[in-house]
Amino acid sequence: MSELLQFLVSGITVGAIYAAIALGFTLIYNASGVVNFAQGEFVVIGGMTAAALIGAGVPVWIAAPLAVIAGMLVGVLLYRLAIKPAREAPLVSLIIITIGASIFLRGAMQAVFDKQIHRYDGFSGDAPLRVGGATILPQSLWIVGGSIAVFAFLAWFLNRTRAGRGIKATASNRMAAALVGINTGRAMNLSFALSAAIGALAGVLATPVTFTSYDVGVLMALKGFSATMLGGVGSPLGALAGGLLIGLIEALTAGYISSDYKDASAFIVILLVLFLRPQGLFGARITERV
Amino acid sequence: MAGQGTTTAPQESGREMQARTEPARRRVIGPGLRTFLIFAVLVGLGALIFPSSYFYRVGTLVWINTLAVTGIVVLLGYVGLVSLGHAGFFAIGAYATAILPNYGIPSPLAMLAGVALAGLLALAVGRPILKLSGYYLAIATLGLGMLIWMVLSKEAWLTGGPDGMVVSGMNARNLFKMVGLKLKSAEAWYWVAGFAAAIGAAIAVNLAGSPSGRALRAIHDSDVAARSLGVDVAKAKSRAFVISALYAAVAGALLALANGYITPETGGFMHSVEMVTMAVLGGASSVFGALVGALILTALPQVLTVFADYEHMVLGGIMVLTMIAMRRGLVPFIVDLWNRRKS
Amino acid sequence: MTRQAVAAGVSALALLTGAPALAEIKIGASLAVTGPAAFLGDPEAKTLEMLVEELNANGGINGEEVELVLYDDGADPNKARTFATRLIEEDEVVAVIGGSSTGTTMAMAPLFADYEIPFISLAGAVVIIDPVQEFVFKTPHTDRMACEKIFADITSRGMTKVGLISGTGGFGASMREQCLDVAESSGVEIVADESYGGSDSDMTPQLTNIASTDGIEAIVNPGFGQGPAVVTRNYAQLGLDMPLYQSHGVASDEFIKLAGDAANGIRLPATPLLIPDQLAEDDVQRQPVQDYIAAYEEAYGEKPSTFGGYAYDAFHLLVDAIERAGSTDPVEIRDALEATEELAGVTGVYTFSPEDHMGLDLSAFRILEIEDGGWKPVEE
Repeated sequence: MSELLQFLVSGITVGAIYAAIALGFTLIYNASGVVNFAQGEFVVIGGMTAAALIGAGVPVWIAAPLAVIAGMLVGVLLYRLAIKPAREAPLVSLIIITIGASIFLRGAMQAVFDKQIHRYDGFSGDAPLRVGGATILPQSLWIVGGSIAVFAFLAWFLNRTRAGRGIKATASNRMAAALVGINTGRAMNLSFALSAAIGALAGVLATPVTFTSYDVGVLMALKGFSATMLGGVGSPLGALAGGLLIGLIEALTAGYISSDYKDASAFIVILLVLFLRPQGLFGARITERV
Repeated sequence: MAGQGTTTAPQESGREMQARTEPARRRVIGPGLRTFLIFAVLVGLGALIFPSSYFYRVGTLVWINTLAVTGIVVLLGYVGLVSLGHAGFFAIGAYATAILPNYGIPSPLAMLAGVALAGLLALAVGRPILKLSGYYLAIATLGLGMLIWMVLSKEAWLTGGPDGMVVSGMNARNLFKMVGLKLKSAEAWYWVAGFAAAIGAAIAVNLAGSPSGRALRAIHDSDVAARSLGVDVAKAKSRAFVISALYAAVAGALLALANGYITPETGGFMHSVEMVTMAVLGGASSVFGALVGALILTALPQVLTVFADYEHMVLGGIMVLTMIAMRRGLVPFIVDLWNRRKS
Repeated sequence: MTRQAVAAGVSALALLTGAPALAEIKIGASLAVTGPAAFLGDPEAKTLEMLVEELNANGGINGEEVELVLYDDGADPNKARTFATRLIEEDEVVAVIGGSSTGTTMAMAPLFADYEIPFISLAGAVVIIDPVQEFVFKTPHTDRMACEKIFADITSRGMTKVGLISGTGGFGASMREQCLDVAESSGVEIVADESYGGSDSDMTPQLTNIASTDGIEAIVNPGFGQGPAVVTRNYAQLGLDMPLYQSHGVASDEFIKLAGDAANGIRLPATPLLIPDQLAEDDVQRQPVQDYIAAYEEAYGEKPSTFGGYAYDAFHLLVDAIERAGSTDPVEIRDALEATEELAGVTGVYTFSPEDHMGLDLSAFRILEIEDGGWKPVEE
């Protein structure tokens, strides 16, 4: 019983990280229809910047927001320099552009920071808490809390604020949104900035548990992308659920079946879901446009 | 809306290519044979100017990549389907060629078996996967590729695990010895890879001009429209998927033999991305795009060794800039420039 | 005045005739300076660059300058093979150091037999030197020896039942294989066998399973990179009390920094490089170890790692062989290399023979325990 509890704790911690990355994917997709493969790099920018600042003696409550702002700036630059000039390009070009951007960012981070693995102390210490036979790190609570907060913020922001509704309107029909007076350019800038900030925040929160180095972004992006697709692209609820599900599948497979194939089991579930329910668990039905 | 529809741009240049090959068909030399001859001349030209085995080695990699990317051209350029898992098929071809000789099966048969296996797998998974489109298709193919990569790195008793395995078996040098030619093995592999790429290109060009090729292009424009023209869309897509998997597998088998050593990374995500990037960079609508893309991305890291520390930045930057400035790829871009200057 | 004039005249003459005194000896290297194995290749490359500069400042080998041609293969075997071809054909090097990983090493190895160029690998797996290939040598201990060393320490503590938790990367997978292979002859029984991916962030499920295995007495973690640090933290998080052994793959101060307090009490097999001040005065490795650390700290402002040490030894073995051969002919260098006897490096003392191209025995491997964030040799 305590074993199961430990597996669940592990799955939720890891899943919450995937979910945060997936929420970033979702926001950009909602605004622009672009799945941003460079999303994982924001996580690394957040983690590496925070680690560098904390290593230089900056207190964590200053370093963390600065790292998020750094991620945000890179997000806006990414949009302005790489995505905006190619907005009407076909899907495959956009995939290549964001993958190219992620390779570029990886190179830049290796030049700006270094090739070492980094970590800093958890925000509330590293002494594990005991809950009914299982143990959990206080930082895991920060990660899970962070993901839920981001989800709640997005749900509120997209539905209840003018700027958020602008993003949604821009997504469904940019021309029409512009006609009714929505500043679509600002909506796009905003969505990239926020999405990058979410990614960087995930990095800042996760680094005490997962560590970080300049080249972990690809794997982060792959897991986040998988979570997004599993939950259904474009749905914040789907991103949250998809991330947690993948984390849980991995932990339970490692616990009960075989740790060798825990990553495989996540992909098998994704393939099955796509075959049976192509729009993902929470995605809207795809209607084919003629 | 960018990102939601299927690709739209490459097809235009595809039609141009089609249009330009039309008069050629009326001549004695068909478009396929013409392509083969052009490739053959290029292979020969390389051999004329290469000063050392090192150049032959890079040249071999260019031709092997061209062959693999030609498969992507069929899938992406002709039909408009994105696969982020084709390195998986590449690796199946490579590993079959490496593994089977250890069980007493000669290399040529092992190669064939690997290619057949890749084709069968593509056939089996093609139908359900190809019902998806856009990003859903991308993630499904990505997942498939990852699964293949995982099996290759976990089943160490068969594949040697993540450290990879030695490929014993034939050397291309012996092929040439049989006809009395004495070549260094790097040169021999260059000729074999070049010949394979030329044949592959010719077949792809012929396919484009055939009725089933026209069906594929109709799907590229619109699934629904193609269906109303009486095209069995699911079957045609599945056929293109299988064909492109075969290309990848043959290329993988050649790489395994030419290198004498393979690791699971040949089936990894980054290799899949590399294949698609080569196609899109050169121009996914034609086999010449495949060649140009393969040439650039294979030769570039060799040129960039001087700035090893900034290699990633340069590579990523080139990918982004090309996609912004030359959306349909280099070859169509240059063809357009050429045509504009003439008129 | 006249002496200067004569010297100038001689060097002018040498320039004109291209006398060998001014010729350069080119040494090649293909290392994973970037990519997933960068933490191996990066210190290796830095070490080689430092050593070449130092050597040339001291007059080179037999009066000839040494030039290092270094390529970054990013741990990609395909690239490594191309670079090896380039080093041999284009750069015309007399010997090659490199292959940070087993995959790149094995992809390059056949070329050196074809071209008859000596090659010293910096990768661990036993397949590199077993069976022996005429032109291929290596400096690190094999993973097989690491398993034997760890198991010997476990049995000396009166324990036999071991659980493995291995990384799925090349290093972890290969070492796991070797540990399973030598378990029986070392007198231990593997009762649990789990794995994790290289970038996984939580291994508590695997550790929970190992801990609940009947009779489990010790845990061994083959792997490198961040995985072992996560395993160590999770091990502390779960409050496990059976001894945890790490491999030589994490034998660096970096590991202690990443694993924090959780690292205390952990044992691993390592080279003397980690305990420079605790080596006996008459230990032959004392001098090279202290030299290397001092030079590296001065050049880069940080401590060298075990992996950089592999490159240090490879370079010194090569220079020693070229000096003894008195020639830059690759085949003669190879013959001299194979005749190396009792050369004390930072990793161990090397004695090569036609049957042994690694030249180390278990004695150079020492079991260390982490105590208060520092390394302590375990009395044997």
